[in-house]
Amino acid sequence: MTEIMTEKTEDLKIEAPIVEKYKLQTRDVNVYYGDFQAIKDVSMNIKPRSITAFIGPSGCGKSTFLRLFNRMNDYIEDFKMEGKIKIDDNNIYKNKIQLEQLRKDVGMVFQKPNPFPKSIFENVAYGLKIQGIKDKKLIADRVEKALVQADLWNEVKDNLNKSALTLSGGQQQRLCIARTLAVEPSIILMDEPTSALDPISTAKIEELIHHLKKDYTIIIVTHNMQQASRISDYTAFFYMGELIEFDKTKKIFTNPEKKRTENYITGRFG
Amino acid sequence: MNSIQKNRLKDQLFKFWGIGCTLIGLVLLVIFIGGILVDGLSRIDWAFITDLPSRKAEKSGIWTPLMGSIWILVLTAIISFPVSVAAGVYLEEYAKKNRLSALLEINISNLAGVPSIIYGLLGLEVFVRIMNLGASVLAGALTLSLLILPIIIVATREAIKAVPNSIRDASYALGASKWQTIWNQVLPASSGGILTGIILALSRAVGETAPLIVVGALAYVPFAPQGPLDQFSVLPIQIFNWISRPQAGFIENAAAAIIILLLITFIMNGIAVYFRNKWQKKLQ
Repeated sequence: MTEIMTEKTEDLKIEAPIVEKYKLQTRDVNVYYGDFQAIKDVSMNIKPRSITAFIGPSGCGKSTFLRLFNRMNDYIEDFKMEGKIKIDDNNIYKNKIQLEQLRKDVGMVFQKPNPFPKSIFENVAYGLKIQGIKDKKLIADRVEKALVQADLWNEVKDNLNKSALTLSGGQQQRLCIARTLAVEPSIILMDEPTSALDPISTAKIEELIHHLKKDYTIIIVTHNMQQASRISDYTAFFYMGELIEFDKTKKIFTNPEKKRTENYITGRFG
Repeated sequence: MNSIQKNRLKDQLFKFWGIGCTLIGLVLLVIFIGGILVDGLSRIDWAFITDLPSRKAEKSGIWTPLMGSIWILVLTAIISFPVSVAAGVYLEEYAKKNRLSALLEINISNLAGVPSIIYGLLGLEVFVRIMNLGASVLAGALTLSLLILPIIIVATREAIKAVPNSIRDASYALGASKWQTIWNQVLPASSGGILTGIILALSRAVGETAPLIVVGALAYVPFAPQGPLDQFSVLPIQIFNWISRPQAGFIENAAAAIIILLLITFIMNGIAVYFRNKWQKKLQ
């Protein structure tokens, strides 16, 4: 194990000087699905412990771009990617990078709550168990901590052995967040995490995201303009695979540089 | 009669036609089972199950073919389960969609359609002669495993396909490897469907006669098999043998043995239905 780790760190040293203040950097990223180009020359810097929202009309590439950061696109048959993506100064598309290691550091919450058809406890413990952690006490502690962080502990602490599928949609989504937190990532990707939820559950999750900001770097894809303006520090507007504008959320929503951004956020198209 | 009335009449006619067609199979089955029960039920007692075969009908029992069937069932399950489930998992989770996998798929579907006697000939050549297993339980079980392999592979693939991709995504996103995802999430979520397929395939295997006759299962075996290399008979062969005799007593025996065989398959199908229902509930 140690051998692999040292080999990895050496491999991932990059040529360019490090810019300390960014958690995640992309340079000239292009993505193709066969002949179709889904992402065009996107470069972006994301600061640690910030919330970045990706907005844009359906099919603009924002989800594809998000899924680059934990390499979830790798499973798509004719997916091809060019350019560089660095997390903490490691190029995550270097050949020898371990996907398992990357995904431990970059967690993901999906659009539809997708708990495993197992107990609540098993759902949160799964990420630890697959790492080979066997210490029952440690697992129980981490499960509790994650559920507390995800603001779900008080609702489920007496029913940890009940099936996760008995929870409501909002609870299931918070369980999925807890499951992600349990493996202690530094970045959390969220792909429209509230689009399948009612307004009250949505408000709870937004509040939760706001709390998580102090420890995690969060990137969230959303179709909900109000949500982006409410919770994010930075907003990136995508259109037809291009990054049209990326700036402080306040600036994007009050005084965008580009006409297209303005048209989109004011609801004139998309 | 206007056109609305005409359509209503057609509707009614088709309904009764459909009911009639549905009943044909059921009625025939009821007549068959009824006849068997009348002939055989009085013959069934504990002695009938535990007695060895005999030349006298009233002294004959089904102990040896029953034990032979159970041996065949258990060995076939042990052999076919790991092979076919592994093949199903490979085809569904690992195999790239290319010409080779398409060829494999077509061949597996074709295998499911091969007449069972052909499997018997294959078993005779490969297991009985080349592998030199003789007319043993093991040779019979290997032959029947080949026969039901495609059925279980198809059932396994269907069950794995029914596992939503969102579960795989969730597992991968937490840092699980492919194998961890299959072992911890995909297989448990699809186990009900796989189990159903295996039980249905086994209940087909327990009724097979032709391939076992070719492999060399005997109509008369003095003792129940003690190990996988012993000679054996199975219930369907015993039934066939009894029916072809002239004495009335053996016809009664055959009817009684049919009841036992039907009971075994009904119980297995019942278990399969139970698992399927439980599994469907779990995934929703």
